Amino acid sequence: MRTLARALGLLIVMTVLTGLVYPLVVTAIAQIAFPREANGSLIERDGHVVGSSLIGQPFDDPKLFWSRPSATTPQPDNAASSGASNQGPTNPALIEAVKARARALKAADPGNTAPVPVDLVTTSGSGLDPHISPAAALWQVPRIARAHGLPEKAVRELVRRHTEGRQLGVLGEPRVNVLELNSTLTSLR
Amino acid sequence: MTWNILLQYGLFFGVLLVLVKPLGGYMARVFEGERVWLDRVLGPVERLTYRVLRIDPTQEMDWKDYALAMLAFNAVGAFTLYALLRLQGVLPWNPERFPGMSWHLALNTAVSFVTNTNWQNYGGETTLSPLSQAAGLTVQNFVSAASGIAVLVALVRGLARRSGKTLGSFWVDTLRATLYVLLPLSLLIALVLVSQGVVQTLHTSVIAALLEPTRDEGGHLVLRQVLSMGPVASQEAIKELGTNGGGFFNTNSAHPFENPTPLSNLVEMLAILLIPASLTYTFGKMVSDRRQGWALLTVMFAIFVPMLWLAASSEQAGNPALSHLGVDQTATALSPGGNMEGKEVRFGIAGSALFTTVTTATSCGAVNAMHDSYTPLGGLVPMWLIELGEVVFGGVGSGLYGMLVFAILAVFVAGLMVGRTPEYLGKKIEAYDMKMVSLAILVPAAAILVGAAIGVATAGGRAGISNPGPHGFSEVLYAASSQVGNNGSAFAGLGGNTPFGNVLGAVLMFVGRFWIKVPVLALAGSLVAKKRIPPGAGTLPTHTPLFMAMVFSVIVIVGALTFFPALALGPIVEHLQMVAGR
Repeated sequence: MRTLARALGLLIVMTVLTGLVYPLVVTAIAQIAFPREANGSLIERDGHVVGSSLIGQPFDDPKLFWSRPSATTPQPDNAASSGASNQGPTNPALIEAVKARARALKAADPGNTAPVPVDLVTTSGSGLDPHISPAAALWQVPRIARAHGLPEKAVRELVRRHTEGRQLGVLGEPRVNVLELNSTLTSLR
Repeated sequence: MTWNILLQYGLFFGVLLVLVKPLGGYMARVFEGERVWLDRVLGPVERLTYRVLRIDPTQEMDWKDYALAMLAFNAVGAFTLYALLRLQGVLPWNPERFPGMSWHLALNTAVSFVTNTNWQNYGGETTLSPLSQAAGLTVQNFVSAASGIAVLVALVRGLARRSGKTLGSFWVDTLRATLYVLLPLSLLIALVLVSQGVVQTLHTSVIAALLEPTRDEGGHLVLRQVLSMGPVASQEAIKELGTNGGGFFNTNSAHPFENPTPLSNLVEMLAILLIPASLTYTFGKMVSDRRQGWALLTVMFAIFVPMLWLAASSEQAGNPALSHLGVDQTATALSPGGNMEGKEVRFGIAGSALFTTVTTATSCGAVNAMHDSYTPLGGLVPMWLIELGEVVFGGVGSGLYGMLVFAILAVFVAGLMVGRTPEYLGKKIEAYDMKMVSLAILVPAAAILVGAAIGVATAGGRAGISNPGPHGFSEVLYAASSQVGNNGSAFAGLGGNTPFGNVLGAVLMFVGRFWIKVPVLALAGSLVAKKRIPPGAGTLPTHTPLFMAMVFSVIVIVGALTFFPALALGPIVEHLQMVAGR
């Protein structure tokens, strides 16, 4: 009985320390030291939130760069319910889905015969991946250039400016933030 | 393998190894009751706790009292968490008005977090109120880790002390592990993560206008994006540091708000391995022979590195079925290439494969890529690492006590070979000790195989399978391994949230945790009473490459013989099918 009472007592102490004091202290310091990051790295335009630079948005307009496919439901890039396809590598449903995505990409740009970069036809782990690889952005350049009546060189330059290199020169992969790239693209018009 | 992958991995191991000695030495001081520099801030909290709970910190426990206290503490934790999850609908700080959980989901979740498993049959952002996340799950993230460390420390004392009876005080060890190790490190890691973009706010969501409207499955126009948020960073830090693995969001560390950049990815992986790796040094210091700790750390690396290589090369090789479709899977300076289904571009193959190996070598189970979508051999790596008993680094505390159990088994096998009485660190290993070692190794292995068999033999178990063919069997085998191993990662296509799945899972997690912890404490109680025999000519030294090779072989042979038949039915046959193009 004494052991149980002590166990309960210790749990209460721990709940106060780790369940209450700790998260509140972290919140307080985070809100003071990193207010933008702590609140979701939001992008605002004219006082309205138009997204987060960390969270992907869906695009299927041929005039815009497409993001990676998303497996969230009921709509793609649902940031209130992250999710993945969880399809195994030999699952016929995966093969069919990839085929359909490649077909849609080529239908939007019939002249493009280059093989499609893999990240553009596979769903991400979170369903909210904000990035595509530079290769996936460059693959879409001819279509975007035609749709906007811009020289391909100018669009490639735009992609290059939005390409983030490896962090500290080593970590992770080079990548392009699709929402930021498309925001710039639409503001050109 | 590209040069960049090798560079990223070299950096990771370099930083980890630099931290092992300072943190390991610091933890030894904490558990030997010495004053540490944080005493000035946290000492008053520690002493006040003793006074309020009427605990005499100098009063030590024998193994039975220690085990009893540990069980009582975990039981109280489980009941409290169960009640919290059932009642969250009527409790405060529930802005999204989530209802209470069903009895079986609450049971599964409570056992899951108390056993340091963090198996998640629910989606965090769609099920749990901030109160449940903070006062329920975060608390168990701390204390389940702390109680794992406590059991390890008790075992180490059993080896270090001679002709004793007591193993220390469970209350003191748990409290000091939390106050002096887990809390300060979590605070630091949480703030680094926030600087990278991990959210930390009391708001639960923000609404954004989509740049291009989209349509949902029903064809309805969707104009807005609801961004789920919350106090994520604080939970994220202890999720990794305590090798818990339960994410704030459904997709865990793949979610950009949990793991936004390659640097946050590196920090999270380091946080997972930091304590398990450093504890080997703590062990060496506490038994007054640091070579013993380095020897075990070397064995861990010897298993870890080849498994990492297998995971990374399999994922980088990609999926042959996609190559036929005109999809480019080559790695270049502009594209990660490889098998990108279920992976994030910012991590690519390198950051995903390393995370997967780290999270399953330990008992963490956080994921930044979906293991269900890995290539067959890439998915075999995490599964087999879990089945080895998570002794390669392993969970905080639980990994090293598992490793020590294998070291004692290796000593015993070596003793049989040359016909001498086995001894480890001067302690004679006798029949009772070997019984406890066998229990700790065999019961979890049997539970995995029986659990997987029940899963595929019953309609209730098969109902959750989402992928056809051998991959479906892999999903079930992975789930049984992960829950018994207290890992918590999953081939997540498996739908486990049914009364059947929840109850079976709760039983497996319970067996996997306490059926090891109690024999380990009994072993500690037996060892502590023994005299220390001075090493003689016939003693097998336990810090030499020969002994490391012995431990390595024992772990690999036990793991391979036990699980190869099951693995052959899942990932191995799937690999052959994939290569054959079927």
